[in-house]
Amino acid sequence: MSDTVTMPLAKALNSALREAMRADEKVLLMGEDIGPLGGVFRITDGLHAEFGGDRVLDTPLAESGIIGTAIGLAMRGYRPVVEIQFDGFVYPGFDQIVSQLAKMTARHRGAVAMPVVIRIPYGGHIGAVEHHQESPEAYFAHTAGLRVVSPSTANDAHWMLREAIASDDPVIFLEPKAKYWSKGEVLPEPTAGLHRSVIARSGTDVTLIGHGAMVHVLLQAAEIAEHEGTSCEVVDLRSLSPIDWAPLVESAQRTGRVVVAQEAPGHVSVGSEIAATVAERAFYSLEAPVLRVSGFDAPFPPAQLEDVYLPDADRVLAAVDRAMAY
Amino acid sequence: MTEPIQLLDADGRTVETDANAEWRELADQLTTDDRLAMHGEMLRTRRFDIEAGHLQRQGKLGLWVPSLGQEGAQVGAAWAAREQDTLFPSYREHLLALHRGVDMLQIIDTFRGARHGGWNPLEMRGMRIYSLVIATHALHATGYAMGIRLDGTCGTGRPEADEAVMAFYGDGAASQGDASEGLVFAASYEAPIVFFVQNNKWAISVPSHRQSRFPLHERARGFGVAAAWVDGNDPLASFAVTRRMLDEARQGRPGYVEADTYRMGAHTTSDDPTRYRTSEEEESWRRRDPIARLAAHLRELGVDDAALAEQDQQATDLAADMRRRTLEAESAVSDDIFDFVYSEPHPLMEEQKQALAEFEASFGGDA
Repeated sequence: MSDTVTMPLAKALNSALREAMRADEKVLLMGEDIGPLGGVFRITDGLHAEFGGDRVLDTPLAESGIIGTAIGLAMRGYRPVVEIQFDGFVYPGFDQIVSQLAKMTARHRGAVAMPVVIRIPYGGHIGAVEHHQESPEAYFAHTAGLRVVSPSTANDAHWMLREAIASDDPVIFLEPKAKYWSKGEVLPEPTAGLHRSVIARSGTDVTLIGHGAMVHVLLQAAEIAEHEGTSCEVVDLRSLSPIDWAPLVESAQRTGRVVVAQEAPGHVSVGSEIAATVAERAFYSLEAPVLRVSGFDAPFPPAQLEDVYLPDADRVLAAVDRAMAY
Repeated sequence: MTEPIQLLDADGRTVETDANAEWRELADQLTTDDRLAMHGEMLRTRRFDIEAGHLQRQGKLGLWVPSLGQEGAQVGAAWAAREQDTLFPSYREHLLALHRGVDMLQIIDTFRGARHGGWNPLEMRGMRIYSLVIATHALHATGYAMGIRLDGTCGTGRPEADEAVMAFYGDGAASQGDASEGLVFAASYEAPIVFFVQNNKWAISVPSHRQSRFPLHERARGFGVAAAWVDGNDPLASFAVTRRMLDEARQGRPGYVEADTYRMGAHTTSDDPTRYRTSEEEESWRRRDPIARLAAHLRELGVDDAALAEQDQQATDLAADMRRRTLEAESAVSDDIFDFVYSEPHPLMEEQKQALAEFEASFGGDA
């Protein structure tokens, strides 16, 4: 990007892929239907035409095969960027991710890097059938050797993907598919590192923490709370592994109250880790326990029930009220 | 194919048929000195293997994985591969590792619990490290071969320069989805790879007919991958068939070699084969031992017993040296837990490494 341009998040990803491929001929794209079709979400639109089938590989329909061969290509010096079609389809490749990709560098005592990015469109709010709306981030954040990130804006989508591709470590890149068509400015330069959390909105009474599409729910909740006289600070996590603790802890120390929200089920989740660590590090500043707002600990429901299952601004505000009541 | 390709029978006598003429011609590339060297590698592997088993029984290794009986298949493959080829082993390919220059102690390091991967493959003439989760590396090998194709370092018609890859696994691994997906990707991308499948008849306790009711090499053909079936206890046949399949693969025609062999030892030192197979079966395969077979062939070629005895002594000495060095080998250090997890700096690794160091230091210098 040479100038600030306003574009949908999906286009910001597309331009990041294009620029990365132009900058480094070792960058390859692999995935199902990513060639002439441009992917089911059109994130790779036009790339097959520009770079050809040797750099934009329409693969056989086998996730373990895609990730396993991406590992072999990385051993050969390539930098594969894998597209998993939907969140719920990543599990056939799970062993290759957690037992192979994540551990390969350690197994080689650092002699072999694994610059592989796995892009996964994730999360709900699109009214889709089963396996198409899940939030699998905890599995990956729990796995040593992986880096896990999730942008919430077009600018972050673009620059975090560029940084993920430049990383010599494997990165699970979780794309908030419900926000693919939300427009935002993409700046000429990155403004924060890949693993930095940022303050998306300043406030003084309660800290709201989230990632991906949830950040927009938190901003909406903060707006409503403002009208009701409660000032909420919103922290956009951006990186789920490693987590950039300083901005979270400092915000908690300022406000004394923290609500962490996510679409994923709450049991043993990223939100659980945040609650525990913030409680550890900001204990003497807290006026209330860290509260979690999550998807329920049940399988993602049929689409008619997704709005009941997914935390919305009202559920976040109910937690804000509980935090303020302490 | 009704029988595996064979050039030496169980007694080491040359088998000459119309069907094996093309393979005999390929094996003729091996001089008597080559064949003697192959025998030496097999003996060296066998002595190493037996000594490592003893070390495990004496509590010096956590586990040992013997390759007893499979040396013939492996030595053929080792000599068939050209210097520019890259080899992706499972965890029982000791001969191949030694052939490519891996130190015995580097293999031992994995099994004495000092490190996961025993060596740096970038320094080991294309020998990748062992892979413990069955068949996962079939995909890594295929991806690597796809990379060779993208690099344009195969398919030029010059076998002495064109690169190829071998993936080694067994009859049990053939049931894994990753083995099938490797075949799918290899065929789709015309990857320069040969899957070398040592059918050693037992996947721990489960016989190969439970893995497949259909010959494995026939299965490969269904994926569009050329296949051959070879007597894996015949080093010359293993060489000839693998050389041909590899030279086809380096022109973009992936291949599959099913080597008919037998795991004469246990799966690992934790296994007890007496619970699931008969001593008669084991004895019948002992009579087909690949080392004895090649030794008989060498005698027929006029190699004298002194040369074979000298190889035996060298192998025994190397194994003894391995034992001595194993007993003197240093232990892993705590920093190893953290230092190689990521290629780039990572705050959790730094924090936890420091915290562990401080915790250990808190017990004082004499702890």
